[in-house]
Amino acid sequence: MASDSDSEEDFVTYGTPLEPLEEDEPPKKPIPLHEQMVKDEKGRYQRFHGAFTGGFSAGYFNTVGSKEGWAPSTFVSSRQQKAEKHQARPEDFMDEEDFSEHGIAPSEITTSKEFTSSRRDAVKEKARAVNAQAALIPGDTFLEELIAPARLSIGVELLRKMGWKEGQGVGPRVKRKARRQQGDGGQRIYGCALPPGGSEDSEDDDVDEEFAPEDVTFAPKDVVPIDFNPKVGVQGLGYRGLDPGLALLGGGAAEHIDLFRPQSESRSQLFGGAQRGSRRGGVAGQAFGVGALEDDDEDVYHRDSMSRYDKVLGGEEPGDGLFGWTAPQQYKKSKDKSRDASYLGKILEGFTLAQKPAEEKTIFPPPDLPRDYRPIHRFRPGVDISNLPGVSPALAEALRTSRGHMVKEEPEQGGRHKMDSGQRRALLGEDSLQGPSSVMELLRPEDRERLQNLRNTSNLLSNKTPTPISQEALRSAVTLASSLAAKASGSADLQQQQEALAAWKGVQTTSQTFKPFEKNASKQARYEMYLNRLKQGDKDALEQSLDSGLTEWERSREREEFVRASILYRPSSSSLSSRFTRGKHEEDEDSVEVTRDQEGDVDDKQAAVSMKMFGKLTRESFEWHPDKLLCKRFNVPDPYPGSGMVGMPKVKRDKFSVFNFLTVTETKDTAAPPKPPEPGKRSRWDVSQQKGEKKKEDDPLSELLTAARNQTEIKTANSSVPALPAPTNTKSQTPETGAEESADQEKKEGGAEEEEEEEEESRPPMDLFKAIFAGSSDEKSSSSSEGECEDEEKKEEEVQVQPGSINLFNIPSSATSSSVSTSATTSNTTSIQQTVASTLNSTQEQEEFGPKLPPPAAFATGGTNRTNEEAPSKKSKDKKHKSKKQHKHKKEKKKKKLKKHKHKGKQQKKSKKETSDSSSEDSQEDGEGEERQVSTEELLKRLKSIKSQETW
Amino acid sequence: MTLFPNVHCAHRQVNTTETRGDRHINKTVLLTATWYQNVNPLETRLTLNTDFVMAFPQPKPEAPQLPKHLLRTIDCQQGAVRAVRFNADGNYLLSCGSDKSLKLWSVSRGTLLKTYSGHGYEVLDADSSYDNSQICSCSSDKTVILWDVATGQVTRKLRGHAGKVNCVQFNEEATVMLSGSIDGTVRCWDTRSRRFEPIQILDEARDSVSSLKVVQHELLTGSVDGRVRRYDLRMGQLHVDFISSPITCVCFSQDGQCTLTSSLDSTVRLLDKSTGEMLGEYKGHKMKGYKLDCCLSSKDTHVLSCSEDGHVYCWDLVEGSLSLKLPVGKAVVQSLSFHPTETCLLTAMEGRVQVWGAELEDTEDAMTT
Repeated sequence: MASDSDSEEDFVTYGTPLEPLEEDEPPKKPIPLHEQMVKDEKGRYQRFHGAFTGGFSAGYFNTVGSKEGWAPSTFVSSRQQKAEKHQARPEDFMDEEDFSEHGIAPSEITTSKEFTSSRRDAVKEKARAVNAQAALIPGDTFLEELIAPARLSIGVELLRKMGWKEGQGVGPRVKRKARRQQGDGGQRIYGCALPPGGSEDSEDDDVDEEFAPEDVTFAPKDVVPIDFNPKVGVQGLGYRGLDPGLALLGGGAAEHIDLFRPQSESRSQLFGGAQRGSRRGGVAGQAFGVGALEDDDEDVYHRDSMSRYDKVLGGEEPGDGLFGWTAPQQYKKSKDKSRDASYLGKILEGFTLAQKPAEEKTIFPPPDLPRDYRPIHRFRPGVDISNLPGVSPALAEALRTSRGHMVKEEPEQGGRHKMDSGQRRALLGEDSLQGPSSVMELLRPEDRERLQNLRNTSNLLSNKTPTPISQEALRSAVTLASSLAAKASGSADLQQQQEALAAWKGVQTTSQTFKPFEKNASKQARYEMYLNRLKQGDKDALEQSLDSGLTEWERSREREEFVRASILYRPSSSSLSSRFTRGKHEEDEDSVEVTRDQEGDVDDKQAAVSMKMFGKLTRESFEWHPDKLLCKRFNVPDPYPGSGMVGMPKVKRDKFSVFNFLTVTETKDTAAPPKPPEPGKRSRWDVSQQKGEKKKEDDPLSELLTAARNQTEIKTANSSVPALPAPTNTKSQTPETGAEESADQEKKEGGAEEEEEEEEESRPPMDLFKAIFAGSSDEKSSSSSEGECEDEEKKEEEVQVQPGSINLFNIPSSATSSSVSTSATTSNTTSIQQTVASTLNSTQEQEEFGPKLPPPAAFATGGTNRTNEEAPSKKSKDKKHKSKKQHKHKKEKKKKKLKKHKHKGKQQKKSKKETSDSSSEDSQEDGEGEERQVSTEELLKRLKSIKSQETW
Repeated sequence: MTLFPNVHCAHRQVNTTETRGDRHINKTVLLTATWYQNVNPLETRLTLNTDFVMAFPQPKPEAPQLPKHLLRTIDCQQGAVRAVRFNADGNYLLSCGSDKSLKLWSVSRGTLLKTYSGHGYEVLDADSSYDNSQICSCSSDKTVILWDVATGQVTRKLRGHAGKVNCVQFNEEATVMLSGSIDGTVRCWDTRSRRFEPIQILDEARDSVSSLKVVQHELLTGSVDGRVRRYDLRMGQLHVDFISSPITCVCFSQDGQCTLTSSLDSTVRLLDKSTGEMLGEYKGHKMKGYKLDCCLSSKDTHVLSCSEDGHVYCWDLVEGSLSLKLPVGKAVVQSLSFHPTETCLLTAMEGRVQVWGAELEDTEDAMTT
């Protein structure tokens, strides 16, 4: 008993101990029933149920915390602190009690979904992955992936460990042989016995019959678990109630009732399947008698005869009989699909069994092939097999026979696809087209002949031995090509005329020819006359059809145009045009809408810029309508208050006619300098001097321009006669520089060429200019201008950045015959090459669009490179500057001329300034003077400048 | 020097009245004024226009000063400085960085005052409004941004250009921003309304608009198609001058009678505004591939141009002679800006902005005090 006190501590106390009775105390008043309230740990009255489980919690004391029964919260949302969008969950409305152990939402620790061994939801998984990508740390899930939970139940896992694979049955592996024996042995298990090891389809068995090695074992067949439909009715077992579907559709005669066969009615009934069989229509069944509608009353009372029962076990059982009657019906390969589905028992949630079978697709059978159809395609033309090298004669023979076979079977008169267009036309009763029927007809007869020759020879070639390459064919091909080439590059007018003649000779087309001069009626008439003469084969059609009233220049112009037009619109093309119909609606396409400022000739301006004659020539002014609001914002009155237009007014302008784009096949190799030379150096003050001259003449400014341009023309006229067919090479050029130069020239002229030719059109003949400018001796100005021109050109080169800058160094050597310069060039080629290289580099860099921005910080390497490259060019620039200096005093003179009327007497100051200027300039040059070496162009330039000074 | 702002104001007034009246007179005045080599044209104009000055003996005209001395170098820390601009009064400068930022600096101290970030690509040009309350900037990201100077916030971000925006300018009252872009258009943006569409699109240029300037009611644009266009709002006229070589920069002279254009043929040309005649041609520098700036000095005495050989060339406006070749560095001088009133020049090369002044010490003191 001494251990009592010790052992007391070990006691488990249960419940609240009664207070020890005090004997003296008066017994306490029992607490009245209504005051016996249970309170929770917070002193609130305890409810035994939560709000969701029937508890009543609203009220004063039992409340959420306030007298009103709810805690009113104030909605606060400010710009800084946006109110959170509160997503109310059901838990928000639950009481604590609901979360307790016995509440409706017991919050207890459970394995979350990820940790359950159930299969993962693939869709959710994907969604999660996507969310994770958008999360703060992209690819967040991989952390979770690290602690990937078991996904398979332990049972499956264990099975796997034991070598089980999905899709296999469970159990020891079986040998094929043994299984067969088992099946044959007739050891059948009836009743609810577990299916043995398993089996395979009979088909498989058949296959395996031949191949059954000893040491190969097979996994048992998987067993699909069977779901039984619970019996829900109150009828007795095996009772088959009235099935209206069957009753009405009919099934009729009583059939053999097989108790044991799985397919027996009773069993299928048991599994809830639809009744199989062929009962008659009408309501019939065990529970009913003969209906009024039923005509045969033979079987009124369900006579059950023993013949309908099996008396012997086994026998004609299909399959391997491995399953008892519990075997899945699927296994039985039942034909009824609905039964299949019913067997599955658990239909996917949300799906019901279809009452009607899915509509079968009607598949149309492929067309019946004709009896004699052979699925072989013969390519035509067939290869001549005997000629093929490396084909055995036997094979060739076989091929030939096979082909011959086919050829024989081919129908003589093919279908409509076999006919050509002519035959079809004949059938349809259409007229034949007017134009030529084949391309051959479009060719001229001699060409056609040649082609024919070519074809013949090639045919001969193929027919005969391949060794002799037909010289004839080659020759004819060459001549054809050369003739074509000659035509393409044919520069002679005469040749063109002859061509036109050949094209038009004997052509009878009348009305369909294209009218290129529709605008000018008389011209068109002349042109048509010319064409008519051509058709008659008149040799000098051109001269006769031209109007004698025109000037020589106009006539020559027209002659050219006519010939070109006649060639362009030769009858072949007109016959082509007969094949196409004209557009019904022919609108006036002769003018296009352009904004005003797109008018005007850039060429003139370019010339003006190169002559530094800014002002009138380069200035264009247009009406421009600012937006009303823009005027308001700029605080200016609207210049065009009435007009609602904004921007530039549009004007109509003549579209380019075809002849603007026709390239005259004139000699292009004239070495005309692209920029017109001018007499003497022009400075910026020259403009007004020219204006002074202007007073003498009518429109001297434009005159001057054209004159300047003409000088170049004269030069070209000297060097080559445009009418001559062959390009003349009368220039005194060293061959290599000449070639180079002309190439450059062509490159440079490229685009501008056409415009120049256009201008030619509108320009009076050269003689006029010669007459006007006879006073300013041509030779002198041209020779003196040569040097200036060079200067100019240099600037031009800077303007149009292009590889043509090589030209710069080549021109002097070719244009001047001074031996000094040429020798100098050779001695100094290296430096020139350098500069050329550098300029080329720079041009390559300047492929970009417009002026670019300097590189941000690539100066460590690129900068030094550049300076290296630029060294020579810089030098030359300095020199140029110096050479300019030499003109300085000349410029000053002009300046004075300009300003004289404004102020006099400032010259002292100015001259002072000049000296200071030049001295500064000198000092600057002195710094660089040491490194300077006299280059060729420098020498040349000096020479030129001296010359020009003399001329002045 | 302290008197200068007032003088400048007077000059402004005179100028405006004249432009409304006979424009021609003013031109001749300029020409006569510039005829004196050493005479400040501004003062001459004053003497001609205001009689009272004649009563006093004329001070001996001093030679125009040139910003020969390097006062300070600011390393902007924002990549290459694409453009550097004085503000309206010349106390602050804006540097446009290739790192998408626009920075505001104090010229006198060289301290960074504010960084404006919000562009999506390098900033190409900026301009400050007359009252220094707003800045507009344009960028390769095709946007034009109007900034609030004090807060550094984007007041408006204007999209509409199809390509990078090369240049931007306020008009005189900062009611309109004009921006020229590589897409060949000039867009006039309203700063007053909340519209995000331009008031007007000037699409006359046939190539990239590389530079534009606004003075009073005139807008001058230079385009890569080799044309200088002057839109006269008051007259409703567009004057196109053909220069032939791609234009890199255009300027009005301070008196508003001449325009200065620099083009890629390494030539700067001074054209008469009204007739388009060439008054001067300035050569010697190198400008062949890059879009570089040119400008006139504050008193129209000199023409300045950036060069690719790392110098700033400074020519006498009348003589056309090179009066100063300022060695800035080894790389390309990208941008320059001349102080609106004083002899002070800003140049930008690579990531640095350099401040050049006439005198070394004095100007610095004057500025700091």
